[in-house]
Amino acid sequence: MSGEAMSVNFSLRTYITGFLLALVLTAIPFWIVMTGAISSAGIASAVIVTLAVVQIIVQTVAFLHVNARSEEGWTLMAYVFTAVLLLITIAGSVWIMNHLNSNMMPSMMSDPQTTSQSP
Amino acid sequence: MTTQASEAQDTLVFYQVEEEHHAEHSGGSTLLGFWIYLMSDALIFAALFATFGVLNSSFAGGPGPRELFDLNLVAMNTALLLVSALTCGLAMISLQAGKLGAVRLWLVVTALLGAGFVGIELHEFRHLIAEGATPQRSGYLSAFFTLVGTHGLHVTFGIVWIAVMLVQLGQRGLHADNQRRLLTLSMFWHFLDVIWIGVFTFVYLLGVVR
Repeated sequence: MSGEAMSVNFSLRTYITGFLLALVLTAIPFWIVMTGAISSAGIASAVIVTLAVVQIIVQTVAFLHVNARSEEGWTLMAYVFTAVLLLITIAGSVWIMNHLNSNMMPSMMSDPQTTSQSP
Repeated sequence: MTTQASEAQDTLVFYQVEEEHHAEHSGGSTLLGFWIYLMSDALIFAALFATFGVLNSSFAGGPGPRELFDLNLVAMNTALLLVSALTCGLAMISLQAGKLGAVRLWLVVTALLGAGFVGIELHEFRHLIAEGATPQRSGYLSAFFTLVGTHGLHVTFGIVWIAVMLVQLGQRGLHADNQRRLLTLSMFWHFLDVIWIGVFTFVYLLGVVR
């Protein structure tokens, strides 16, 4: 019975490695923002988002034990499917609503050429 | 191959094989089912993140992220949640080793760190509301309180779950059902930490950078 529930194998090393990586991947973006180490807001944002994506993957593998083998690949399948839905929902909403916003702005109504190019 | 062999003997044998197959994987199917739940929970957060993204600059003349947020508090909160993820992992290691005392100890530490996280978040919320930055102030603040509040509520329920598990461990120890419950609890807790990466990145850090 005990073997049935404990179908996952945890290793202390995976947890420690994951924790240390997550710590570094958290410290860097906070350091960038709190010290203003990168003056360009665009570059700083890109670096921060990249580090966040890397940390999400690190924590998913090290803490949530998602890999191609767990549950015969179904956890990974569900995870990737959810990631796609998340991306479509968030990026799609922001994209569409920003276009709508800029097209609805009374001040910009007179100049449709520039509004269609705003992000 | 199995079907042929069982047909040769008796149809009853065939059914027994199927039954055992299901029973053998019942623990695993709970974990997969809970994983599907977590993924649907991620979609709730997707909707909230999308709302926040859309209302990102709808300040209505009110305060923006630069005036509102104290990144020192956010950094402290992030550290608390990250360490709690480690202690939750240590509880799982102890569970694997069958050490009941260590499991309970690490669960208590995890719950305390989680309570510290919720406490700091409530302190932040109280501070914002005292400054007049209430959810009613602007679309941005509505989205902020909904997104961060929903995450905080999840952590709160995680703490309640830990408390319930401590009672159950006290009553019945590390039997199979409790092991399964602890595994799902750890999935829930780590999932909340993953969501928090999105929150501190997109709400706090990118808000201050812009």
